[in-house]
Amino acid sequence: MSNDWPRALYGLLKDQGIRQVGVVPDAGHMELIRLCERDAGLRTVRLTTEEEGVALALGAWLGGDKCALLMQSSGAGNCVNMLSMLAVCQAPAVMLVTMRGDHGEFNPWQVPMGRAAQPVLEQMGVAIFRADRADEVVPLAEGALRIAFNTLRPAALLLGQRLLGAKTFKE
Amino acid sequence: MAEARGPGEPLPRRAVVQALLAERGELLVVAGLGAPAWDATAAGDHPLTFPLWGGMGGAAMVGLGLALAQPARRVLVLTGDGEMLMGLGALATIGVARAANLAIVVLDNERYGETGMQETHTAAGVDLAAVAAACGFGDAATARTMGEVERLRERVHAGAGPLFAAVKVAPDRLPLVLPPRDGAHLKNRFREALLGPQAHFQA
Repeated sequence: MSNDWPRALYGLLKDQGIRQVGVVPDAGHMELIRLCERDAGLRTVRLTTEEEGVALALGAWLGGDKCALLMQSSGAGNCVNMLSMLAVCQAPAVMLVTMRGDHGEFNPWQVPMGRAAQPVLEQMGVAIFRADRADEVVPLAEGALRIAFNTLRPAALLLGQRLLGAKTFKE
Repeated sequence: MAEARGPGEPLPRRAVVQALLAERGELLVVAGLGAPAWDATAAGDHPLTFPLWGGMGGAAMVGLGLALAQPARRVLVLTGDGEMLMGLGALATIGVARAANLAIVVLDNERYGETGMQETHTAAGVDLAAVAAACGFGDAATARTMGEVERLRERVHAGAGPLFAAVKVAPDRLPLVLPPRDGAHLKNRFREALLGPQAHFQA
């Protein structure tokens, strides 16, 4: 398994039949977002806030499309109330969440939501997986996709800062 | 309840929704929480109407996901001014996504009707159609007459979207006409009506 997990994740999303991708720009997801946006077979929707993506995912599923959401852990906080819709409707979505406030964080303002992301998502009924090494990303993402779309619930894969590297604020 | 009003008076909301949903054909409808969901139900509960009971601020984006999934169908989001104001960024997202089959119609009574008729920002002059126009909606207007509502209905079915309209409606307190409230049921009946029985086997 190479370190090019973004490309492997893109291939997995395609293999699993994802048709819509909601994205908020993020350094950790830069490569995956670029791959999705260049693919005319995907509808990649740039969002102003992550909660828009949760509503997008419900609408996609109503119309028969599978939706993936790419966001940073701070964005998980923005999703909280909107996740009620997926819980009560038993609607699936997969969230790929790049972590901040995690291993080696420099910016204290990222820590509260980073540390709260997993328990908050769990409280809202999201099944959580977490990858800290490149070789874990695809197997865990596949597990998250299967539990989301086979068991009709939101699932999230948290991509830890040990995997991503912490932002240094030196350039 | 839809008593006659003078020229320039805000419109009766149930008559507006009845007119917008007349001869709806294959139209897919998302109704925002509160009065728009009750209005859509008063016009006739329908498996291809998805009424929201929560997720305030999300109605337009549910419509976008549905419109992108079903590009051959027309999608109408009926929602309220308070609900739209809570998710105003969605207008920018939809304007950029350019979903040609999506229409957003805000039933604008300038009030938060479910919480005691407190004024929303539209009562203070915030112009939602101007926001939509600035976000790239080619067709963005405010309707104040039933004639304009009838022409709006035609554009919902045939116009090049994304379309946005605010319809100025009266802040009436009307009898509740509630749709089913089990979200899983609403989702399943919508998907089965749209996708057929195989919807339940999608994985």
